[in-house]
Amino acid sequence: MKLNKASMFALMAVLELAGDPERQLSTGEIAAKYGISTHHLAKIMRDLVHNGVVSAVRGVGGGYRFAGNAQRTTLLDIIQLFESLDAETLVQYSSQVNEPVIKELQRIATEIDDLTKAVLDTITLETALKSALCERLNA
Amino acid sequence: MSDHFLTRIATLSDLDAIIALDEFRPDEEKPAYWQEIFNRYVMSDREDRIFLVAQVDAAVVGFIIGEVRAWEFGSPPCGWIFALAVSPQMREMSVGKRMFNEICDRWRKIGIKTVRTMTDRDNRLTLSFFRGMGLRSGRYIELEKQIV
Repeated sequence: MKLNKASMFALMAVLELAGDPERQLSTGEIAAKYGISTHHLAKIMRDLVHNGVVSAVRGVGGGYRFAGNAQRTTLLDIIQLFESLDAETLVQYSSQVNEPVIKELQRIATEIDDLTKAVLDTITLETALKSALCERLNA
Repeated sequence: MSDHFLTRIATLSDLDAIIALDEFRPDEEKPAYWQEIFNRYVMSDREDRIFLVAQVDAAVVGFIIGEVRAWEFGSPPCGWIFALAVSPQMREMSVGKRMFNEICDRWRKIGIKTVRTMTDRDNRLTLSFFRGMGLRSGRYIELEKQIV
């Protein structure tokens, strides 16, 4: 599975901010930490504000703060703001949707999709942050 | 969390409370099922079979059950958790975490290095709990087929 760039950037930003909900960070600071495009991240931050995941802090020293619940928000919740993880629909490749090979390929695509969602929908931001912290301590 | 929290081996007198926490089985099957589980996991007095309850003050508020299984499908001995429940009123108070840590500690003492479980993929509550305890997808993949 390959997540699109917007989903990955959003996950990085949200996890960074959720790690300390009291802290506010600018787009530039987050982009610099993860080595990603500030321009691209700025648009994503606006989408995250629009969806109530982060809040914008205006004025000098402004930036963004996490505004959600890290115990309740899953990785899938964030990803689905930017892309659909619905199974590949083979209709776009073939008009023969009743052909057994096409039907079997559709079942396989759906099985993969279900597993992916089951993983992403059960990892909360808090769990991901805890694992990242362990990784940092073990490094 | 009350200071009077403890995890301990289940006793026969806990079964009514355990049955009340069981959300899965039909009511008429519960007494026989839980008596059998009690016999297998407590009366057998084996340190690889563990049936723990969480108690707050005098009330049983959760349970966890597991056993060591060895060499099924080539897997070295590992601790299998096959039942876990926490009273809805006591969730997000570390009851599950404390029971999980206790069962892992007991298995660790007898040389077990891996703990494993299986959960319905739609059961977000339990899956998220185990994820939070550090479990990840393992080397074994569950497969099934309808045969009727």
